[in-house]
Amino acid sequence: MSEPNLRKSPARFTIPKLTDRVWKVWRRNFDVFTKTIKVNFLPSLLEPILYLLAFGFGLGGFIPSIQGQSYIAFIAPALVAISVMNGSFFECTFASFVRMYFQKTFDAIVATPVSVEEVVAGELLWGATRATINTTIVLAVVAVFGLISSPLFLIVIPLAFFGGLMFASMAMCFTSVAPNIDFFNFPSFLFLTPMFFLCGTFFPLTSLPSAAQGVAMALPLTHVVNITRGLVSGHLEPILGLSPAVLILVSFAWIIAVTIFFFILSINLMKKRLTS
Amino acid sequence: MGSSEVIIEAKGLTKKFDDFTAVDHISFKVQKGECVGFLGPNGAGKTTTVRMIYCFLPPTGGELTVAGLSVQTQCREIKSIIGVAPQEDNLDPDFTTIKNLTVYARYFDIPKDEALKRADEQLKFFQLEEKREVPIMALSTGMKRRLIFARALLNQPQILLLDEPTTGLDPQARHLVWDEVRHLKKKQVTIILTTHYMDEAEVLCDRILIIDKGKIIEDGKPADLVKKHIGEDVLELDYDERLLPTLQEAFPDARIEKLSDRMQIFTDKPHGVFEGFLKEHPIQNVTIRKANVEDVFLKLTGRGLREE
Repeated sequence: MSEPNLRKSPARFTIPKLTDRVWKVWRRNFDVFTKTIKVNFLPSLLEPILYLLAFGFGLGGFIPSIQGQSYIAFIAPALVAISVMNGSFFECTFASFVRMYFQKTFDAIVATPVSVEEVVAGELLWGATRATINTTIVLAVVAVFGLISSPLFLIVIPLAFFGGLMFASMAMCFTSVAPNIDFFNFPSFLFLTPMFFLCGTFFPLTSLPSAAQGVAMALPLTHVVNITRGLVSGHLEPILGLSPAVLILVSFAWIIAVTIFFFILSINLMKKRLTS
Repeated sequence: MGSSEVIIEAKGLTKKFDDFTAVDHISFKVQKGECVGFLGPNGAGKTTTVRMIYCFLPPTGGELTVAGLSVQTQCREIKSIIGVAPQEDNLDPDFTTIKNLTVYARYFDIPKDEALKRADEQLKFFQLEEKREVPIMALSTGMKRRLIFARALLNQPQILLLDEPTTGLDPQARHLVWDEVRHLKKKQVTIILTTHYMDEAEVLCDRILIIDKGKIIEDGKPADLVKKHIGEDVLELDYDERLLPTLQEAFPDARIEKLSDRMQIFTDKPHGVFEGFLKEHPIQNVTIRKANVEDVFLKLTGRGLREE
């Protein structure tokens, strides 16, 4: 036979063949989302308000200023970055797993001209969209609190999509190996929670030892925080000797490279899981 | 079958899951417009074979073509002409009945208006009109099975794969499904159906493949298989050891099978021999019945229980 590769399990980094059918999968999730829109909006609206009240006004009252800004202004861009991460990560772990494992939605779709790769890519794009929606809500809250000082903040919305695609792709890798839904407690507590606290979110990275700063620079949330901090508050302090402008460029490049890597990897891993 | 155009062809088709061989070098052909039944105990490889036909599972070895297209390389084209009604419920619980159909039609690039028209036609035929706006969770098992069947017809398939289409249905719904299968056969739709109901296979299928342990162990028309393996009639009576010598003497070539407190006598002698025997030996609680596909199935695959 002339197609020996197809007989073996797919390789890890085969570039997936995708068509515009990925949007039909995206559209399915969008249709469900609009049906339950009120329930979906509430958490993403309430969470940043609570953080700003508790940490910004509550705790912030004891902190005179941080890098020349009020504490509430310091954490506002971080809350935006965290919403990018949470929105997409939970969508492509718990929610995708439910669709794949319990609802067998993926099985139903792959019986149509839509391919497995397109189903997974559609899920990833939807995860990125959820991140964008959440981030837009958080940005609106932050704006209402008067915490936006740079007109560049609007760039955060398209950026949230790419940052969201990165976290969605990483999440999908966990989904591809998850034996059951409880498994997601591992990435939630061992990956998301440490990033939530340690990626320059609630205190400046520069207060960590330089080795720890290096570690933080290897974590995806740090790069999203760098960019939102630069674009929302306009205040970004140098990290590891990199100037703010260089730092933003490095973070952009980092996000693009890592997104491409995990986007391709997650599709291949999911294909392996779903076709064997 | 007017034409003899082969629409599905498997040659040495094999599927392995790690060390387990689910489908073991099977070869078969299905003609256009034919209705073929895959019969086999649990775990025989029926569903795995069906799943390879619609590109859900890639084969480990051998060749499989559908409408002249290879399942290795032309999945999208294959899936666009196939309708699939899977065994398990994979309806979308996030949507209502009608939305399940229209969202599914979208995956086939069917335009919105046309999708809605076809969806409503299907709901009408499968008597689900009243459930049009109801969430899937509120449907009974039988309604879900019917909706899965309806969904499989949205793309007006040339080939229909029905994996246990009537499991869990009441007799009314079962006959509704049978009517639809007959209707589709008239329209020259090729149908592959797996089932555990032998009467269903006998009534609907032009041809039967009996599959066991990943291999096709018999292939033929239902009536021919019954004639070949069982004969015309079966005599069933209460088990009585004292009767055995008499029976063996009267039917020296017959196969006698004991089933707890009953026994069955299978003979290839023509229709009417048992009536003659009973006239000479009046026995209580006795039945003469026509041999059927279930007799063939049990003879070929044994009576032992299969666990999945």
